[in-house]
Amino acid sequence: MSALLLTLAIPLLASILLAVLGHRPWAGHLNIWASVLALAASLWLAFIILQQGTLGFFSGQFHVDSFNVYLIVLTAFIGATTALFSRPYMAKEELRGRLSSKRLRLYHSSYQGFLFTLQLALSTNNLGVLWVAMEGATLATVLLVSLYRTPEAIEAAWKYFIICGVGIALALFGTVLIYFAAAQVIPDPERALLWSTLSQHRAELEPVVMAIAFAFLLVGYGTKVGLVPMHTWLPDAHSEGPTPMSAVLSGLLLNVALYAVIRVKILTDGALGSHPGAYDPRLPGHLMMGFGMLSFVVAGLFLHRQRDIKRLFSYSSIEHMGLMTFAFGLGGPLATFAGLLHMTVHSLTKSAIFITVGHACHIAGTQSLERIRGLIRTQPSVGWGLLLGTAVIAGFPPFGVFVSEFLLLSATMASQPWLTVPLMIGLGVAFAGLFRHIQPVVYGDHPEHQAAVTANMWPVAIQLALVLWLGLTIPVFLAQWFDQATLLISGEGLL
Amino acid sequence: MLNQLPLYEQAILTLAALILFTSFALLAQQRVLSMIHVFVWQGLLLAITTALVAYDSSATHLYYSAGLTLGLKVILIPWLLHRLVHRLNIHRQPHVVKHPSMVLMIAAALVIFAYYVTLPIHQLSVSITRNTIAISMSVVLLGMLMLITRNKAVSQVIGFMSLENGLFFAAVAATHGMPMVVELGVAFDVLVAMVIFGVFFFHIRDSIDSLDVDRLNRLAEHDQ
Repeated sequence: MSALLLTLAIPLLASILLAVLGHRPWAGHLNIWASVLALAASLWLAFIILQQGTLGFFSGQFHVDSFNVYLIVLTAFIGATTALFSRPYMAKEELRGRLSSKRLRLYHSSYQGFLFTLQLALSTNNLGVLWVAMEGATLATVLLVSLYRTPEAIEAAWKYFIICGVGIALALFGTVLIYFAAAQVIPDPERALLWSTLSQHRAELEPVVMAIAFAFLLVGYGTKVGLVPMHTWLPDAHSEGPTPMSAVLSGLLLNVALYAVIRVKILTDGALGSHPGAYDPRLPGHLMMGFGMLSFVVAGLFLHRQRDIKRLFSYSSIEHMGLMTFAFGLGGPLATFAGLLHMTVHSLTKSAIFITVGHACHIAGTQSLERIRGLIRTQPSVGWGLLLGTAVIAGFPPFGVFVSEFLLLSATMASQPWLTVPLMIGLGVAFAGLFRHIQPVVYGDHPEHQAAVTANMWPVAIQLALVLWLGLTIPVFLAQWFDQATLLISGEGLL
Repeated sequence: MLNQLPLYEQAILTLAALILFTSFALLAQQRVLSMIHVFVWQGLLLAITTALVAYDSSATHLYYSAGLTLGLKVILIPWLLHRLVHRLNIHRQPHVVKHPSMVLMIAAALVIFAYYVTLPIHQLSVSITRNTIAISMSVVLLGMLMLITRNKAVSQVIGFMSLENGLFFAAVAATHGMPMVVELGVAFDVLVAMVIFGVFFFHIRDSIDSLDVDRLNRLAEHDQ
């Protein structure tokens, strides 16, 4: 219990502390220490779950099982590595005169507040609190997107706020409908929104209400996942906000939103599966496959016409989130396992890429793809980091992204063979889209005045090494968590 | 059929109809101050409905919810909006709706769609809940329509808040409110959202010299 309490309390307290104390020279260090302590607490929590299995905390208000525990650790881990990157990066931004100390106070406080809302969304058992936390995540980050106060940043933040606000409002409507369905079968109204209780009673829930609720929740949380056509906020918010923000938005927020969709899908599958007459029991899966495939294809095509390096990689995030949504929609143990693995490796890789991109932008002094050139000559560590990160995200073996995409392709081949064609073409299109832009960025002739900057590449190296490790061999405990989560989501295990 | 219902339920239905009416009024309103006033009426009707449902079903926690709606949607948010509009000095600016009759026709179609969606729910065949769920869904959809058709930041925010009213109404009418922790959380989020909106009005005005969000168009995917 205290492990979970610490995981949640450390970022919350740090957020309040950083807001109250104002910006101090050591605020960046405090940010790092809070994130590292939260990581330690989450590892402790994971250790407990590893030994004791699924646990409920605070009379069932919190629920940690094998599905969310690894996401909690992943969130804390990327929160910590990005905090390590963020301290010198934001100090440099302050030196360059882009930020005042008042805004840095907002930045650090919101950073921890954002991590808190994510951990709350992941660990809560109450679907209503999950909604509150997801909306809280929007509120914590919206002022960060507009941190630079340029007209573009204001526009991006306004779009982000309105589109995600409306999206998440639809998710609340879906949550109300679930509560409505649950009120008929669960007598205690205080427990009728608890996921674990709903999950026990999922076969008794009214299928029509659950189907409508799922449609609202998929579109609502799907907005935050970045599914096409609700994705328009994502490239803007990623490209205009400070780079550490892009790393945590891409690596963490999208995952947590997808996590929410999957939790609801488990309930809807149960309700539709036990009332065969009402709707096709595969309706939720088909909806997710449709949205996922559309996002995957559209984002892959949009990669080709980008001129801003951060926009490029945010479209790549949409593409990969589409792939995961497709995997979970396809269902079945193999595809679900692939989806879970892909969530992990995508987060690790994409945040590493954004960290590298942050250094690259400091070297070149711009985000424009046409003006960042010759990174390998200027600073080999950043150039190779970017090249390697791009290769990993494009799905080169032997990295983890290759493994999860390969598993997904095999699963598709087995159950929906004709869908492998668009998947293969989409992967090829995305590969071409990334490399036509990144190749000159790392290899081209470097401008004369371009000089290396101090860059801490350890977070990138560690994260890419982890992705390599996951591609070569998945540790036993992680494979078992994935397998238990697969069992929970798809009804049967893989191992 | 209707006159067989208990008096409270008839009253709730009437109030639901009035809430839907205020949504239509918001769509057609052209002046920002009148818009805020209509929004106040909508919040007031919502608070009364909540109190009635609380009395009807003797659910005490709904009284708190009604109080929360009254404080937030009738007093605090309209007061904040009023202050902002005066400080930004835009209370005389007309908020033109392009093709108003078209917008209202679409709105009517959305209401029919909401009824169509809720029709197959079996549990609803006997109660007034079908009407209230359909109406709350309509209010949500009309709020979205308002967000799409308006190009001023202030009217978009009012549309957003009216959409939120639809969600509160759904929670009250369909399920006699959400658990207290959720209601408090939602109310807190709405309040913080309103404060951030207020901050944004000033940022937008500083950056483009007006609150015309149509002019926020630098980031669209242009052709190369």
